[in-house]
Amino acid sequence: MIPAEFDYVAPSTVEEAVRTLSSAGEDAKVLAGGQSLLPVLRMRLADPSLVVDLGKVAEMRGIREEGDELVIGAMTSHHDVLRDDLVSEHAGLIALTTRTVADPQVRHRGTFGGSITHADPAGDLLAPVLAMDAEMVVAGPSGRRNIAAREFFVDYFTTAIEPDEILVEVRLPKYTGWSAHYEKFNRVAQAWSVVGVATTVLVEGGKIARARVGLTNMGATPIRAEGVEQALLGAAPTEEAIRQAAARATEGTSAGSDANADVDYREHLAEVLTGRALATAASS
Amino acid sequence: MTATPVSPSEPELGRARKRKEDARLVTGRTRWTDNMSPPGTVHLAVLRSPVAHARISSIDTSEARRMSGVHAVVTGADIAQRQGSLPCAWPVTEDMKAPDAPSMAVDSVNFAGEAVAMVAARSAAEARDALDAIDVDYEDLDVVLDIESAARDGSPLVHEELGTNRNATWTFDSVEAGTGGDVEQALRDAEVRVDRTFRQQRLIPAFMEPRSVLVDPTGEQYTVWSATQVPHILRTMIAMTLGTPEHKVRVIAPDVGGGFGGKLQVTPEEMLTFLMAEQLGRPVKWTESRSETMISGHHGRDQVQRLSLAARADGTVTGLKVDLLADMGAYLRLVSPGVPILGALMFNSIYKFDAYRFTCTNVFTNKTPTDAYRGAGRPEATFAIERMMDELAAELDMDPMEVRRRNWISHEEFPFDTIAGLTYDSGNYEAATDRAMEMFGYQQLRDEQVQRRQRGDTVQLGIGISTFTEMCGLAPSRVLGSLSYGAGGWEHSQVRVLPTGKVEVVTGTSPHGQSHVTAWSQIVSDRLGVPFEDIEVLHGDTQSSPRGLDTYGSRSLAVGGIAAVQASDKVVDKAGKIAAHMLECSEQDLDFAEGRFAVRGTDKGVGITDVALAAFTAHDLPEGVEPNLDAEASYDPENFSFPHGTHLCAAEVDTETGGVRIRSYVCVDDVGSVVNPLIVEGQVHGGLAQGIAQALYEEAIHDEDGTLTTATFADYLVPSTMDLPEFRTDRTETEATSNPLGVKGVGEAGTIASTPAVVNAVVDAIRHYGVTDVRMPCSPQRVWRALSEARSSSATEAESGGGLGSSDSDGGFATGGDR
Ligand SMILES: Cc1cc2nc3c(=O)[nH]c(=O)nc-3n(C[C@H](O)[C@H](O)[C@H](O)COP(=O)(O)OP(=O)(O)OC[C@H]3O[C@@H](n4cnc5c(N)ncnc54)[C@H](O)[C@@H]3O)c2cc1C
Repeated sequence: MIPAEFDYVAPSTVEEAVRTLSSAGEDAKVLAGGQSLLPVLRMRLADPSLVVDLGKVAEMRGIREEGDELVIGAMTSHHDVLRDDLVSEHAGLIALTTRTVADPQVRHRGTFGGSITHADPAGDLLAPVLAMDAEMVVAGPSGRRNIAAREFFVDYFTTAIEPDEILVEVRLPKYTGWSAHYEKFNRVAQAWSVVGVATTVLVEGGKIARARVGLTNMGATPIRAEGVEQALLGAAPTEEAIRQAAARATEGTSAGSDANADVDYREHLAEVLTGRALATAASS
Repeated sequence: MTATPVSPSEPELGRARKRKEDARLVTGRTRWTDNMSPPGTVHLAVLRSPVAHARISSIDTSEARRMSGVHAVVTGADIAQRQGSLPCAWPVTEDMKAPDAPSMAVDSVNFAGEAVAMVAARSAAEARDALDAIDVDYEDLDVVLDIESAARDGSPLVHEELGTNRNATWTFDSVEAGTGGDVEQALRDAEVRVDRTFRQQRLIPAFMEPRSVLVDPTGEQYTVWSATQVPHILRTMIAMTLGTPEHKVRVIAPDVGGGFGGKLQVTPEEMLTFLMAEQLGRPVKWTESRSETMISGHHGRDQVQRLSLAARADGTVTGLKVDLLADMGAYLRLVSPGVPILGALMFNSIYKFDAYRFTCTNVFTNKTPTDAYRGAGRPEATFAIERMMDELAAELDMDPMEVRRRNWISHEEFPFDTIAGLTYDSGNYEAATDRAMEMFGYQQLRDEQVQRRQRGDTVQLGIGISTFTEMCGLAPSRVLGSLSYGAGGWEHSQVRVLPTGKVEVVTGTSPHGQSHVTAWSQIVSDRLGVPFEDIEVLHGDTQSSPRGLDTYGSRSLAVGGIAAVQASDKVVDKAGKIAAHMLECSEQDLDFAEGRFAVRGTDKGVGITDVALAAFTAHDLPEGVEPNLDAEASYDPENFSFPHGTHLCAAEVDTETGGVRIRSYVCVDDVGSVVNPLIVEGQVHGGLAQGIAQALYEEAIHDEDGTLTTATFADYLVPSTMDLPEFRTDRTETEATSNPLGVKGVGEAGTIASTPAVVNAVVDAIRHYGVTDVRMPCSPQRVWRALSEARSSSATEAESGGGLGSSDSDGGFATGGDR
């Protein structure tokens, strides 16, 4: 398990990182926490000639409020996200989901931005980011641009980021006062999701006023379960209402088969888990 | 359990001593093979076949040879004459068909992962880089994967030259052996007959330290360090395979990080590293990656088990017929063909059957070879019979523990000659079971199960039982001989009292996690009356520990520990002679206790330390006594030992997702006398984890081309503490009568017992929906599918059945949820 030879640089600003990347061409790779990239390199599934380590870019680390938005730096570790009060208050779904990611060791190294740009459809943080209508702030040679979550996830392990761009931070609208739940179904504690359901709802006057639902591993990208969201609007969160809404969970999905689940089972799980996620979120 | 300080006169045996080894091992200040690099070491990397079956049409190594740092590139053709054939020490039948087993493929590859070339280079990275520059052309051959079709006539062949994929067929029949009746007759006369087919999936030993080999040819001897369980066997086998004289080879197993049978092997890589060191005349080291372990280290289990059980309507079993297919993979390794045979003697388990017939056909496929994996044959047998006992109980609508009680050997009946021809020396199944049932709260759980069924809860509760025994303490050499095994089963020890009274104990067993250093210190401390701290245990180096047969089959304590007892006793005998001389009395007048020889009826005496010094100075020794206080003993047991126990599992099955959660797990093991309860507890916990892993998580899966798709821990699911329940354990202690310590062995017990307890619990939870089996591992999808299929078929054939007897009609899996 030895990677092919590569050069290594560790710039200290976003601008320097972008400059290094664009001069290196397509043959460079960005390194965040390394929890996904290092296995890829060691198994020689990729052999970049240059690795650009973002570990020293201080401005990409940390969480702050900006008006109606919560901003999470791409290099913030899962561990720091988990422990952050702003995240628990304004983005409970992110905190709850991060808790299910891997184990303490991986959460200390792995980053929020790395998970999102890696875009593994079984990765847990993609569905919440999509469900919460996040915006990704990306820096490239010609400056910064924002990409909406709906446009960001393109395919398996593929995002709208260009090879000479980096993800700087993620901006989330505040979901203050919303309740949330991430229902993760996996085979052993440290495994990725077979299926995951991310949901956050605003219950007002005993009725679901607003609902967001995202699905993990039900297609090449995270899926927004819009049918479920619509079915819930204005409903009291009764068992029956939730069951009916959850029955629409597989609309628009394109699940694949693997050793853990064939398509029919995966679709079945999506419905069951959506029901459970909603029931927990609505009652918390 | 905690280690509590006790007064010096309290015996060491039974004390929960913390392990001497821990400080070093836990902090990593230790000596793994890969940590060592003699000056001038070059690194070896092995190129492996990506295809499962092909002819090698050409290999181009010219570019690799030119790369920076590369010392040598070697292909199978280069060493075809030199490399010999890897040993199989267990030719189970006289007409066994065995292919040549080269360490490196010469003209064809027979499994994906087989070595096809190797590079030695200045650094491990350069060696790895050069592999990418080697160009191999493969000409594909038909790939043989499925064990059942491989066994059929007309199947494409793994080894054309053998003319068949069948390695051997081994049978045992109670009529021929004179141990019992005719099973066909029993089946014809049966009031109830249960037929089932079970699949033992393929598993991959997941020891913590990947394998590593270092060979230094620069001394008078070749020194071989290897992460192996079997340094002594390896030394002999290097000599026999390569023709290098045995006295020119020294093998060292330094600290070894786990094995579970996976390092009970003489590996291709050990031979290849040796040959490269020989060729280059300098030290060569090979260390594998985890994925290399997964594709090229031997696998375990992988059997199809067909069973027919005959019983009376009151639950008394009258006969058992077992028909196995065992997947050998592409080659026979050290004991591959014998693994299922170890199981042959265990299908009758703790029960009294009147008739028994066992047939096993070993089959070649284009997969990684299989061999011993924790339990080796016995987990497979225990699983099958314990599943069958539950199926019989269900068939008769009896409580599954009641069915077992009706059939087991009662404690008054020992020693008991079994239908499989073994003699169980001791046991008390009633005592272990009573204790386990009480701890478990069996009746409350059954009540809750009924309530959940009546309420139609989403989460259903199941209770699984496994009352097991196993033969371990391998083994009486005489029995191994009768099973055609190529070596004996004795063990050796030497005890040396140093001039200062400190003690060195040499053992021929080879620990790789089992705490021999602590346990042997405790044993010898009691025997010699020397403090625990004053004893050092030497092992794992054919130079310091020249004789031994290493560690596997839960043999170290029950065989090697007894050798240490016998050597200690010889030391005491000898010391007695010297002490009598020093005290000017007769030996008969001496009492020996707590390290001191006392003249009976007086206050005169001398300590063993003084005796040691007297032996060392040798100024005044009695006539005929040699000037040392050392002794050695080789011990060959009269019988195996037979640990047993009762394991109870309560599992919750989520009927919507198919997810299984173990709610509680209780086991009461009887491993005979206990040297150190802390070590026993550790062995049981680890064993349970591995057995539960087979029931619920682990499985080696190949795609249709024979590529292992579970070659990383992201896909091959090894559970962690997070996935396992809190184990509630206890023990009964029925001493083994076959050895002076009364010990039985505990290394494999947990693994052997737990798998059927868990699967029985899963099936029990959903049996009322019509499910009669779930194939292992009982993944959520399989459980869900079994439920879906049972529900839809019970809707269509609500009123069928009725009579006694059931079978999975097409020999397939009764609502097995096959995926
Ligand atoms: C044992 C284990 C278990 C795991 N379990 C889970 C789990 O249960 N759920 C889960 O969701 N994840 C899991 N992960 C993945 C983990 O969350 C990783 O941290 C994450 O996927 C990648 O984050 P990273 O910071 O390590 O990124 P890296 O591995 O450093 O990078 C990943 C990819 O993203 C690119 N990249 C990273 N940062 C940027 C950036 N700012 N701009 C542009 N490109 C960038 C890299 O070039 C690379 O291609 C697990 C990982 C391990 C090792």
